Amino acid sequence: MADQATLTRKDFQSDQDVRWCPGCGDYAILKAVQEVFPSLGIPREKFVVVSGIGCSSRFPYYMNSYGFHTIHGRAPAVATGLKTTRSDLEVWVVTGDGDALSIGGNHLIHALRRNVGLKVLLFNNRIYGLTKGQYSPTSEVGKRTSSSPYGSLDAPFNPLSLALGAGATFVARTVDIYQKHLIEVLHRAAQHRGTAFIEIYQNCNIFNDGAFSYMTDKSQRQEQGIYLQHGQPVIFGGEEKRGIRMKDMRCEVVTLGDGFSEEDCLVWDETNPAMAMLMAQMLPPDYPTPLGVLRAVDRPVFEEQVVAQIQAEIKSKGDGTLEELLHAGDVWTVD
Amino acid sequence: MTSSAVVHDSVEKLSDVVIRFAGDSGDGMQLTGTQFTNTSAVLGNDLSTLPDFPAEIRAPAGTLPGVSAFQVRIADYDIHTPGDAPNVLVAMNPAALKTNIADLEVGGILIVNSNEFNKRNLTKAYYTENPLTNGSLEGYRLFEVELTKLTRAALDEMGLGNRDRDRCKNLFALGMIYWMFSRPLDNTEAWLAKKFASKPEIIEANLRAMKAGWNYCDITGAFQTSRYEVVAAPLPAGTYRNINGNSALALGLVTASRRSGLPLFLGSYPITPASSVLHELARYKHYGVTTFQAEDEIAAVCAAVGASFGGSLAITTTSGPGLALKSEAINLALITELPLVVIDVQRAGPSTGMPTKTEQTDLLQAMFGRNGESPMPVIAPSSPGDCFSVAIEACRMAIQYMVPVLLLSDGYLANGSEPWRLPEVEDLPDLRLEHHGDAEDFQPYRRNPETLARNWAVPGTPGLEHRIGGLEKQDVTGSVSYDPDNHQHMTRLRAEKVERIARTIPPLEVDGDSGGRLLVLGWGSTAGAITGAVNLARKEGVKVSRAHLRHLNPLPSNLGDVLASFEQVLLPEINTGQLAMILRARFLKDIITLSKVQGKPFMRGEILAKIHQLTGASEG
Repeated sequence: MADQATLTRKDFQSDQDVRWCPGCGDYAILKAVQEVFPSLGIPREKFVVVSGIGCSSRFPYYMNSYGFHTIHGRAPAVATGLKTTRSDLEVWVVTGDGDALSIGGNHLIHALRRNVGLKVLLFNNRIYGLTKGQYSPTSEVGKRTSSSPYGSLDAPFNPLSLALGAGATFVARTVDIYQKHLIEVLHRAAQHRGTAFIEIYQNCNIFNDGAFSYMTDKSQRQEQGIYLQHGQPVIFGGEEKRGIRMKDMRCEVVTLGDGFSEEDCLVWDETNPAMAMLMAQMLPPDYPTPLGVLRAVDRPVFEEQVVAQIQAEIKSKGDGTLEELLHAGDVWTVD
Repeated sequence: MTSSAVVHDSVEKLSDVVIRFAGDSGDGMQLTGTQFTNTSAVLGNDLSTLPDFPAEIRAPAGTLPGVSAFQVRIADYDIHTPGDAPNVLVAMNPAALKTNIADLEVGGILIVNSNEFNKRNLTKAYYTENPLTNGSLEGYRLFEVELTKLTRAALDEMGLGNRDRDRCKNLFALGMIYWMFSRPLDNTEAWLAKKFASKPEIIEANLRAMKAGWNYCDITGAFQTSRYEVVAAPLPAGTYRNINGNSALALGLVTASRRSGLPLFLGSYPITPASSVLHELARYKHYGVTTFQAEDEIAAVCAAVGASFGGSLAITTTSGPGLALKSEAINLALITELPLVVIDVQRAGPSTGMPTKTEQTDLLQAMFGRNGESPMPVIAPSSPGDCFSVAIEACRMAIQYMVPVLLLSDGYLANGSEPWRLPEVEDLPDLRLEHHGDAEDFQPYRRNPETLARNWAVPGTPGLEHRIGGLEKQDVTGSVSYDPDNHQHMTRLRAEKVERIARTIPPLEVDGDSGGRLLVLGWGSTAGAITGAVNLARKEGVKVSRAHLRHLNPLPSNLGDVLASFEQVLLPEINTGQLAMILRARFLKDIITLSKVQGKPFMRGEILAKIHQLTGASEG
């Protein structure tokens, strides 16, 4: 048992051998989470990592906290039951694009609409890894895989739009190998009350290697990524600065200096739902990829309301006794 | 109707009467039947009810699918079923007459609302001629009452429209039946006053209609020779309330929560006929109960599994189609060895089947409907009141053995009601339990040597951090394991844990001789009909024994001996012989199945006829 003030990354490393493929993006995410947990000032025994099925869902076994490796797609539902009855716990859900958006899509959207106090880390590698490389609900149209030899016909989900549409109160995107950014986003999520939804672009170097290299290649990081900051103009680019402005209710990329200045650009506002939705729908190759916090707002939290309702009833009716329970309604006595 | 004696010049004393109220879904027949039931309960009758309603909330008015009925049997002695054939039928329209008349006993009392027997309604009920005038009802004591007209007239001065006045027809009918069976009106008066406290006009209208119905019989000559009385039954001393099976389940679950000291969590998705358990528990927040209406059946059970991991007494309620959806998550509880109570209020299947009709067809699903070797305890209540103690027993097995438990109720028990003697709180089982707290040499899968239950260590406890999950685990350490010998060991261990529960359940009791020619064995809701049939057979001098199984897995340890002691074993089931299949396989004993799969409970007569056939006794 480690004192919470002195917790370190090591305290969250379990004794299990990590069995992801060498080079998998999951390692970087595990490292970041093990970095963030001890820094939050919360005792280790309060952390629970809940996962579904898939490569990412092995995550709890590698964390020396409480953990529950559940069944395919159902982690948000299991976590909802846990958090609703145990609001004292820090419940983190680890899931993947198949787990959260295919088989478990229903539970994800309902957790988001209820605003249960969960942190949902969606590792998006746009492929099924554990079942050996079939297309996933975030794979691009035309993707050739073992189950789509002539190209996938499915239009992909946009996880951020889906989360925003479901009423998420915290929506963010980051990338496995952007360790500093990833840790910043995890810290923001940890502070959020209600469901925090984080899409993490994660490279599967076996079945979908380079899925995000269009933006993660060193040369492209400034050109293809926008690092959103609340209250700051939406600007990106390397030597040549560019920005995003609103035109005809659409986002438009403009080059600064070329008749445009910072004043013409959108000023990022995490509380504006319309801006979040527009930003979520900026997709390559027409747009750079937005990263960071797209939405962060306060809304009543599910488990707090559940507890409040129970407390209010106890206050108004008194703590029920079994005698009262059994004798309620019309009773009669036989002598 | 069993006649005892004529009391005085106009009131005939009856021992036992079966009344069925039938009308359109919008006619308020369930309410009418419930009021008659509650009044009779307070008068001290033994009683048993059988509501029968369509799945459609309001099928088109006047049509056959829209008929809703409520049967109640009251008696001055201990009864076990809502009765085979009604002695009295109230038919509020032609459709209600058509769908129910075949059940009415020959010579029975038939009250019809003659105002509704117009051409339009007759056509809707597919009558080509009016049954009131074509002589087809000559075998019954027919009372044609202008119920619509009389109700409207009774409310004339209230300034209500016909639509509002017609809503009170059922109270007029109730008033008539109250008069006919010498019941006081005050119980229903008090109920109306409470129910419609903010709507004095509705209270007044219903009261006037009920009193008008009462007065109508009192002053109409035709009824003077049709007044009856059923006196109180000699029930054991105690305090009673009338209870249906789903309410009793809810009370049992709250009781188990209080007696164990564990907070109650219910994850549920609405489904007929289980929903009212959710409704009832949702009202018990001041008992610390958390109810969670999930997005689907799977989320409902998964949330319960999550709550169980967190240390709650976790329940999920459903019916057959929902149980099918929950099976993967139940297995998660099974392999992670977390306590969970799964309640299946069975209904007629397969698929959507007949949602409002009863069946016992999920036994094999409960026993075997999961992937892999996945034995779990299965238990079934035998009457509405028994649902209370079976719910407590299910919770006991779940938390003491760290297993998911399946409780099989059914639609008949869920909606049927009977007087229930309230237990004394101090007599209820003591289920106190503390979660594991000792961090010294902690291992998540270390077991209690007696029960084989693993440690229930809940998140938030310092020093007990551990991981569980659906992958096979090494015994003791709980680490993921693909070791062949460990898998064989864990498979055997999970079965052994369930088998050891048999050490804590009472042996099967045989009612009657402990061996002989014929044993009538049953499980679940057939108890009443079997008891009734066996009692009738014994009155005729037929030697027959009876036993009823509460625990279906594990089975009572003396069951094999009991079965071997009888030449013949008859097993009536509301399925095609599911328990019989299990018992044959387990004990190599031939079992005679009496099967009924009609969405309806057994009638005593059906079981009695089979007893006659097997014993060579003559009919009747």
